[in-house]
Amino acid sequence: MTAPAIELKGISKAFGPVQANKDIAIRVMPGTIHGIIGENGAGKSTLMSILYGFYKADKGEIFIRGQKTEIPDSQAAIAAGIGMVFQHFKLVQNFTVLENIVLGAEEGAFLKTSLGKARKLLKELSEEYELHVDPDAKIEDLGVGMQQRVEILKALYRRADILILDEPTGVLTPAEADHLFRILEGLKREGKTIILITHKLREIMETTDTVSVMRRGEMTATVKTSETSPQELAELMVGREVLLRVEKKPATPGDVVLEVENLKVVDGSGVERLRGISLKVRAGEILGICGVAGNGQSELLEVLGGMRVGTGKVTVNGQQIDLTGTKSDARTRRKRGIAHVPEDRQTEGLIMDFFAWENVGFGYHDDPRYQNGLMMDNNALREDAEAKIKKFDVRPANCWLTAKNFSGGNQQKLVIARELERNPDLLLVGQPTRGVDIGAIEFIHEQIVALRDAGKAVLLVSVELDEILSLSDRIAVIFDGRIMGERLPSETDERELGLMMAGITDTDKDHSVKDIEANLAKAGGGSR
Amino acid sequence: MDKLPKWADVALIPAINLVLALIVSGVVVTFIGQDPFEALAIMVKGAVGSTYGWGYTLYYATNFIFTGLAVAIAFHARLFNIGGEGQAQLGSLGVALVCLSVPWPHWTLALPAAIVGGALFGAAWAAIPAYLQAKRGSHIVITTIMFNFIASALLVYLLVSALKAPGMAPESIRFPEGARLPTAREVFGFIGIDFARTPMNVSFVVALLACWGLWLLLWRTRLGYEIRAFGHSERAAVYAGISPVRITMIAMLISGALAGLMAVNAVMGEQERLLQDNVLGAGFVGIAVALMGRSHPVGVFIAAVLFGALYQGGAELEFETSVPREMIVVIQALVILFTGALDGMVRGPLEKMFLRFRKRPAPGVAAE
Repeated sequence: MTAPAIELKGISKAFGPVQANKDIAIRVMPGTIHGIIGENGAGKSTLMSILYGFYKADKGEIFIRGQKTEIPDSQAAIAAGIGMVFQHFKLVQNFTVLENIVLGAEEGAFLKTSLGKARKLLKELSEEYELHVDPDAKIEDLGVGMQQRVEILKALYRRADILILDEPTGVLTPAEADHLFRILEGLKREGKTIILITHKLREIMETTDTVSVMRRGEMTATVKTSETSPQELAELMVGREVLLRVEKKPATPGDVVLEVENLKVVDGSGVERLRGISLKVRAGEILGICGVAGNGQSELLEVLGGMRVGTGKVTVNGQQIDLTGTKSDARTRRKRGIAHVPEDRQTEGLIMDFFAWENVGFGYHDDPRYQNGLMMDNNALREDAEAKIKKFDVRPANCWLTAKNFSGGNQQKLVIARELERNPDLLLVGQPTRGVDIGAIEFIHEQIVALRDAGKAVLLVSVELDEILSLSDRIAVIFDGRIMGERLPSETDERELGLMMAGITDTDKDHSVKDIEANLAKAGGGSR
Repeated sequence: MDKLPKWADVALIPAINLVLALIVSGVVVTFIGQDPFEALAIMVKGAVGSTYGWGYTLYYATNFIFTGLAVAIAFHARLFNIGGEGQAQLGSLGVALVCLSVPWPHWTLALPAAIVGGALFGAAWAAIPAYLQAKRGSHIVITTIMFNFIASALLVYLLVSALKAPGMAPESIRFPEGARLPTAREVFGFIGIDFARTPMNVSFVVALLACWGLWLLLWRTRLGYEIRAFGHSERAAVYAGISPVRITMIAMLISGALAGLMAVNAVMGEQERLLQDNVLGAGFVGIAVALMGRSHPVGVFIAAVLFGALYQGGAELEFETSVPREMIVVIQALVILFTGALDGMVRGPLEKMFLRFRKRPAPGVAAE
C-alpha cells in the first residue's frame, strides 16, 4: 500500500482561549482530490496554514509521503512539495506572468537565466494541463480566472505535487469554475494530490474523491464522496438538520417601490462603473442582481444606499431621490425608508470596536428614540439592543461585547436585526450570507423572505448564484456596469446566467471558456 | 477576543512603560556619576513633596491637560493633530487681545471672555489644516506642523509691531489688574490653608471641567458617537450617513479650541502679558500625554499630572544637583519614548502572557 501524500496526526492549535484545531487527523492519498468542507470559523484555514508553515501547531505530527516532516515556514512547505493557491491572489500586478512565476525562486545572478528556464517549463506545463496563459501578459491585464491559473503555475513551477486551493471558485463564473475543475482533474491524472477547501457543497460533490468535514475545530467525518449526499454533509457541518432550499410562497408583487433610470456612476479614478442602469423593484418581490464581483453591483448598492454619488433618476415610492446634492447622504436615504445591509459588514455595516449595543443604533443614531435632550439615551439603545439580540438569536447574547467578538454569522445577524427591524419600504442587501455559517444562512434567508412577504421591496446583490436562484423572484444580470437582461428563476439556470455574467447575450449557442475570458478581460477583467 | 483586560490596557501598560523609562534614565544618570536613587528622590520630593512642588506640578499639568485633550479628541477621529503648539500660540493671542481690549473690572468676567477668545483663535488656527484635509486631502500632520511655524512667526511679527510694549523686549504690555486670575495660594488661603506661592491658578478647574466635558461629548452625545465611529472606519461612517468632511472639521475645531485654552493658564494665569514664546513645547508634550492616557480624558488627566511632576521634579533636580538641564530633557524624552513610541514593545509580550493565563474558551467563539 502506498503511503498517503499527507497524513496529519493529532494536530491541535489554540489562539489564546480559542481552540482553532483540536486533535485533527487526516489522510490524503496521492493522486486524489480531497475536499475539506466546514462552516466559517470551523478551522479549515488554520489547518491549511499549519500545513503551509504559517502557523506552528501546538501538538501533532505531519507526515509527507510517509516521512515525518517539520514545516516551520512556507519555504519548508515548498521544499516538501506543497503548493498553495490562496483565496486572495498574491501576484504583483504590474509584473508579467513569467516574472510573477519566478518571483522568489530566481536562480543565478541574472534574471534572464531563470526567465528563460521558466518560459520553457511554462510551455510544457500549459500543454500538459491545459493551463494556457500568455507568459508575457501583465497580471493587471488578466481576468481573475487567468490570474488563478498563474497561481497554480507558480506552485507547479516550484515542483509542488500537493496543491492546496482555498475557496478557489469564489471569484469565478460557473464556466470558469468548470474549467478550473477540468484542470484539477488533469493534475490528478498526472498523480498530483489536491486539497480543495470550500464551503460549496456542490463543488465537493462534483469534484472530490474523498471529503473531510470540520466543525468547531474538529474533524467530524471523512467520507468517500460517492457514498455521501449534500444533505448529509450539511448536517455534519452544522451538527443538526438544515434546510438547503429556501421555502417561500410565490411572490405577489404590488406597486413599484424602487425605480432606477439610466443610473451612472463614475469612480474616483474616472472609470465609469455603472453605465446606465435601469430597473424596477416592486413591493413584495425580491430582485436578485447577479454578476461576477467587480462588475458594478457594489457601486449600485452604494449609490442607492447613499454612499457615493451618481447621475440618473431614482425614485422610491414615486418620490425622486437626490443623487448628488446635500440630500444624497445615507442618513436621508434611511429617512426615506431605505434600509441597507452592506456587502462588507466589517468595514461598513459595523464598527468592530463598538459594543453590540452601540452598533444596533449605527446609522439610526439620530432617531428620537435614542435621544435624551442633548445627550444620547444609552439606556434606550441598550434596551433596544437586548430586544433585537433576543429576537434574532444573536450569540453570545451579550450587548456589552464589541462587534469583533462575534462570529461572522452573528455579526451579520446584528446588521440584519438593525436594518430589518426598521420596517423599511426598500431593503438593499449585499452578500447577505458571505462568511456566514449554514445555520445562520437559513435564518437570514428566512428573514429576507419574511420582509418580502410583508409587502416590502428587496434588492439583493450576491455573487453566490445558488443564493440568487433560490431567493430571487426576478433575476437581473449585471456585466460591466450594465444590466445584461432579466430572467425568472424558474426559466433560467446556472449555465445561462453564467454566460450572461460573462457578457454573452446569445446564450443558446455553445461558448468556450476562451470566449468568456476574452469578454471578461475586455470589461477590465472584472477584477477588483 | 479582546486581548487584554481593560485595566491592563489603561493602567498596567503605562505603568510598565514608565518604570522602564525610569530604569533607563537611572542608567543614564549613573553614567554621569550621580546616584540614580538620590536623583529620583529629589525629583519626587521636588514635584509632590510640598505645596510649592504641587503648585508647579499642577500648573504644568494644566497646560498638558489642555494640549493632551486637544490631541486626544483628534485621535478619536483618527486625525493626528501635531499643531497643538501653534494653536496654543494663537490661543495666547486670542487671550491677550481679550485681556487687553477691555479694562476688566473683575476676573469672573474676564475669565469666560478669555476662554472664548483663546478657544476661538485656537480653533480658527486648526480650521485651515482641517479644511485642507477634509476637502483637499492634504495630510493633516504636514499642514499642522507647518502651521506651528507660521503661528510662531506671526506672533513675533505682532510683538515687534502692533502689540509691542514700550521698551526693548518683544512682548505686550501687562494685562489689566481686573484680568488677573486668582492663584492657588489665594484660593486655599481663603479657606485657611497655607499654600506656597506658585503659578497654579483657577485655570486648573477649567482644565478639570474640560476633561469632564470631553468625556461627556465623546461617550454621551451623538456628535461624540459620530466622531468615534468615523475614527474607527471612514467607510462605515459614510454608510451610516456621517459626513467625513463635517466630522473632520468639527473634531479639529474642538481640538484647536482645547489647545488654545492652554493660554488661559499660561498667559492669563501666569505670564500676564503676551510673550514671544509662551507655549514652551507643551503642544508637543500633549501628544505624549494623549498617547499615554489612551486618548481618554481620565488617562489624559493622569498622564498630564505625571508629566507636570516630571517637569517640576526635573527643575528641582537641576537646581539641587549637578545633573545638567539637558539631562532632564533626556529623562523626559525617555518617558515619551517608552510611553508613546515603544508601546508595542511591552504590549505584545503582555498580551501573550495574558492569553496564556486565560481560561478555556467560551463555546461558539471559534477562530478561522
